[in-house]
Amino acid sequence: MKILVCISHVPDTTSKINFTDNDTAFDKNGVQFVINPNDEFGLTRAMWFKEKQGASVDIVTVGEKDVEPTMRKCLAIGAEKAIRVDAKPVDAFQVAKEIADVAKNGEYDLIIAGRESIDYNGGMVPGMLARLIGAHFINTCVSLEIEGDAATAVREIDGGKETLSCKLPLVIGGQKGLVEEKDLRIPNMRGIMMARKKPLDVKQPVTEVTKVEFKSFSKPAPKGDVKLVDAENIDELINLLHNEAKAI
Amino acid sequence: MSLLIYAESENGKLKKMAYEVASYASSIASNMNAEVTAVTINAEDVESLGQYGVGKVLNVKNESLKAFNEESYVDVISKAANEVNAEIIVLSQSANAKYLAPALSVELEAGYASNVVALPETENGFQVKRNVFTNKAFGMADITTDKKIIGLSNNAFGLHENSKTPEVVDFSPEIKGSGIEVKSVDKNTDKVSIADAEVVVSAGRGLKGPENWGMIEELADVLGAATACSKPVSDMGWRPHGEHVGQTGKPVASNLYIAIGISGAIQHLAGINASKTKVVINTDEEAPFFKAADYGIVGDAFEVVPQLIEKLKEFKAANA
Repeated sequence: MKILVCISHVPDTTSKINFTDNDTAFDKNGVQFVINPNDEFGLTRAMWFKEKQGASVDIVTVGEKDVEPTMRKCLAIGAEKAIRVDAKPVDAFQVAKEIADVAKNGEYDLIIAGRESIDYNGGMVPGMLARLIGAHFINTCVSLEIEGDAATAVREIDGGKETLSCKLPLVIGGQKGLVEEKDLRIPNMRGIMMARKKPLDVKQPVTEVTKVEFKSFSKPAPKGDVKLVDAENIDELINLLHNEAKAI
Repeated sequence: MSLLIYAESENGKLKKMAYEVASYASSIASNMNAEVTAVTINAEDVESLGQYGVGKVLNVKNESLKAFNEESYVDVISKAANEVNAEIIVLSQSANAKYLAPALSVELEAGYASNVVALPETENGFQVKRNVFTNKAFGMADITTDKKIIGLSNNAFGLHENSKTPEVVDFSPEIKGSGIEVKSVDKNTDKVSIADAEVVVSAGRGLKGPENWGMIEELADVLGAATACSKPVSDMGWRPHGEHVGQTGKPVASNLYIAIGISGAIQHLAGINASKTKVVINTDEEAPFFKAADYGIVGDAFEVVPQLIEKLKEFKAANA
């Protein structure tokens, strides 16, 4: 089985979010970048398929050279080959198109992406990619098993879960549950040394078409101070929620 | 000019978000002299969409669409969009809508903006305001294609009446079979889901152990609320992952969010920031949540919550 894991290079979850260039671009200054958490759960599940079922695991990122440390980290965790499509990502369709080209050339059976990246939260690339390459798609995937060319997956739905089955090729939008937080791997020294020698291929982009473009960014207005209510005076809280906030 | 909404239903009943999406689309339509058509799948009482400005309903009744299936549903909705030559398609951000919208955008060659929180601004292109960086910021996304898909964040626009009597038309397009089979659905039907909930009651490590969740569930019961939890609580296995809200869990955009024994890590606050009114109950007055909340009680959850339950019961009885 050939697996491709799509990796996004995103600001760490604790990052302060600021914008630059007249509020038209994210300010990367002082920000630590990490593997998108939803992708990392998927990458770790892919390692399981590699170790238990002999799958091969490549990763792909669409981005400029600054994403390479994040890609090397994926190689250190155990991916065999990395492919960077050398383009500045503008929108989900462009990214999906680029990955679709990599996916078709590589004849992958299973493509694991995160359900969304924690920067722009689009939640679009995996679903678009599946449609572009004619593969099945399962989103918000919290469990995945493969037997031969048959996949069984559990998808999180509003208020519960759903078990689905289909044939490969398959694209999933993964999240926590594919593996647990404690299963995530921190690269060890040997992995880091080996990662330096693994191939990181740079591929030229195949499209310039974009459909949606960010024009500007803003931050929410600062919030007023909290109104403290005495722990002995619950009636006051109910009064505020009913008459002031109109929330109950 | 024509707009299409996908009006979601569950077990035949239209969801609140269907009416919200209708309200949003008819607001756009009234500025553009356009008509809003809704496509419904196995829904009852579809005329009720008229109350929120829907002029026409493409009413699909088909046993094979009883269980949600991304491939078949994309097929139906894209055919409905073509049927009415829709230029703008609006969906909610339910798990199912988020699942099918990307494929729909490929199928219709439409640009798609998700997590949208306001009406489009059309002076300079077609820009929609949307959440980015998990509610830590907003971005103005310009959709440059002729056809546009908008994913409206739940509870961002609200319901706006605009009464019409819709024309209801049976719509039965030919549907391709799907290669994905639904084996089983495990859904707690007597509990409201976090996505659908008006009120969410959420608890964290301050509760000390899973055995203490009884009062959280009781409080949720009294309020008709969904229960949620912080990340550490789900990582420790005290509560199921499906309840984890925050940046890597589920987003919350309820009218009222009550956080009990949750300190308020930046990732948690981001995930719940879209909620309208936030209440925090915590022993530690320095907890970051107090900076994000509208109302706060510095106190022990084990004393405050039982009182709150009693007082709310009295309040509900008096206001029934």
